[in-house]
Amino acid sequence: MSSRIPRRRDPAKLFLGGHLWLVYTFLYVPILVLMALSFNDLGLPTAWGGFSLKWYGELAQNDAVLRAALNTVIVAVVSTILATLLGTLLAFGVERRQRRNNTMEALLFAPMIIPDIVLAIALLSFFTALNFTLGLHSIIMSHVVFNIAFVCAVVRTRLRNFDFSIVEASIDLGAGEVTTFRRVTLPAIFPGVLAGGLLAFTLSVDEFIIAYFTAGAGQGSTTLPMQIYSMIRFGVTPEINAMATIVMLVSFTLVFISQRIDRKAISQ
Amino acid sequence: MSTDGANMLTETGADAATVIRLENITKRFGAITAVKDISLDLKENEFFALLGPSGCGKTTLLRMIAGFESLNEGRILLDGKDIAPLRPNRRPINLMFQSFALFPHMSVRANVSYGLEMEGVRGDELKSRVDRILETTQLTEYAGRKPDQLSGGQRQRVALARALVKEPRVLLLDEPLAALDKKLREHMQLELKRLQHEVGITFVVVTHDQEEALVMADRIALMRDGEVKQCASPAELYEHPNSRFVADFIGVMNFLDGEVSVEGVAVQGLGVLTGRSNGDTRTGDRACLAVRPERLTVAPATAERLTHDNVLDGTLTDIAYHGQDIGLHIAVGDNGQVLIARLSAAAEGAADFKVGDTVQVGWQTQNALILPDDSKT
Repeated sequence: MSSRIPRRRDPAKLFLGGHLWLVYTFLYVPILVLMALSFNDLGLPTAWGGFSLKWYGELAQNDAVLRAALNTVIVAVVSTILATLLGTLLAFGVERRQRRNNTMEALLFAPMIIPDIVLAIALLSFFTALNFTLGLHSIIMSHVVFNIAFVCAVVRTRLRNFDFSIVEASIDLGAGEVTTFRRVTLPAIFPGVLAGGLLAFTLSVDEFIIAYFTAGAGQGSTTLPMQIYSMIRFGVTPEINAMATIVMLVSFTLVFISQRIDRKAISQ
Repeated sequence: MSTDGANMLTETGADAATVIRLENITKRFGAITAVKDISLDLKENEFFALLGPSGCGKTTLLRMIAGFESLNEGRILLDGKDIAPLRPNRRPINLMFQSFALFPHMSVRANVSYGLEMEGVRGDELKSRVDRILETTQLTEYAGRKPDQLSGGQRQRVALARALVKEPRVLLLDEPLAALDKKLREHMQLELKRLQHEVGITFVVVTHDQEEALVMADRIALMRDGEVKQCASPAELYEHPNSRFVADFIGVMNFLDGEVSVEGVAVQGLGVLTGRSNGDTRTGDRACLAVRPERLTVAPATAERLTHDNVLDGTLTDIAYHGQDIGLHIAVGDNGQVLIARLSAAAEGAADFKVGDTVQVGWQTQNALILPDDSKT
């Protein structure tokens, strides 16, 4: 029956479908071009000289890049651990409060909303006022500051569906506070904590402005985004394309892992 | 558990030993007094119900026994010893939460084992005790499942098993059946009663459902506004309520308001009606005459005059069909009073009543109660 009715495409559907493909094109074609160019033997954006891994090789020889990559890993790992810990605690504190205070809630989200440049200047002024020596540690502290807000927000969504009576149940069954946290509370909210941590890590890895302001003078505390920025002033080199490709693969892997973990947690 | 001679020694009811004694317990939250000077004895091997409308303090009382709320005044004695210094994880009392509070990331077996592991039970003893309780609660085949793979009734049984496996002196249950649908709830009422008999542990259940309390409990404490209004067996509570509130809360009751006179209660427009007095009312007091629907006899006005101690004339305003019985709503007098009578659908002439019929309704003095008026305005 239905096959006899002439098929009419809904114009709204056509429009939305077309829009979707446009978005995909604008998002991913430049990235694909960048990835392709990183394997271009000629190193020119205009001509293809054959497949080659030589830019990756050169990258591996570039001490400044390697050092920046190491710095980024240090900053991201340390600030993620600290922000995840403190952000999770904060989420518990906020969710367990009997009286809700709107001003306090808004202040919690502030680091997510305040423009990075404002936060960067504020942190720099703060560190200077305290006569604080700038370096990797000040970048770490700054990243912790804004990442706490993100971790807190992610963990809170998990806690909102969290039945706090399981904490009391654990105590009722004879467990102490520490055992209860280790065996009941943490496992129950772990997917949320992990998601918050991965978000914090990703944000920390590609954060530029705040790191740039709080890194202090000298090459010692240059992070990868800062390194790319300084290299790009002399034009986009194939080396940068190679580096961007690596960074992207790492991010994709992390997102893939986090989604796998989350799906596993949900199916349990 | 076998029903041999030794079992006969564990009595329930008034003669059994007291497990928990509540002495003059008061709990305040700021300006609100949630529990007012409550004293109760909970007996060995008893199924006790704390019944009352929401906000009457029953859950607060339960949480104080479990140790999750502190007391402002009074003492809780377990086997004669004050348990105030014991934190909840040190009390030989377990609480079954209304939400069941199962650990979502653990299997049924892990949930049930948890409490024993906390006591340091390990190895074969752990396994055999967990196996035994899983069998008692018919959960053996679900041992490997996670809570979200279970039905509501199964989750409830896991919560029970998890608390019972610790063999507590007292098991507290906070609205244990509220999360279940009606059919399952009725089944689980009897199931809980069976389990309580089988394990021989004192159960204290909090509920707002009077029917649930009547079916399950050996004794019921009916609470309102933080006070125990009456504590008695279900039959006693139903047949001999001590106040209008209790009579109204338990089952269905007809009330005729009036003033106590020498012979009974003088009700405006209906004259003096008779009932039993429990001695709480004096001549001249505001009071009400209370009579259960099933204690009323109804006959058509055209039939022979009823010979009951009290007979009123009225008009049938409504007939409610319940299946096994029917409810007759009878307007009596000129002041809008309505009596509800219940009679078996199988009774002679029951099917002949029609809305608008004039009828006579009667009851014996011994089947009505004169109760002080404690209803709130």
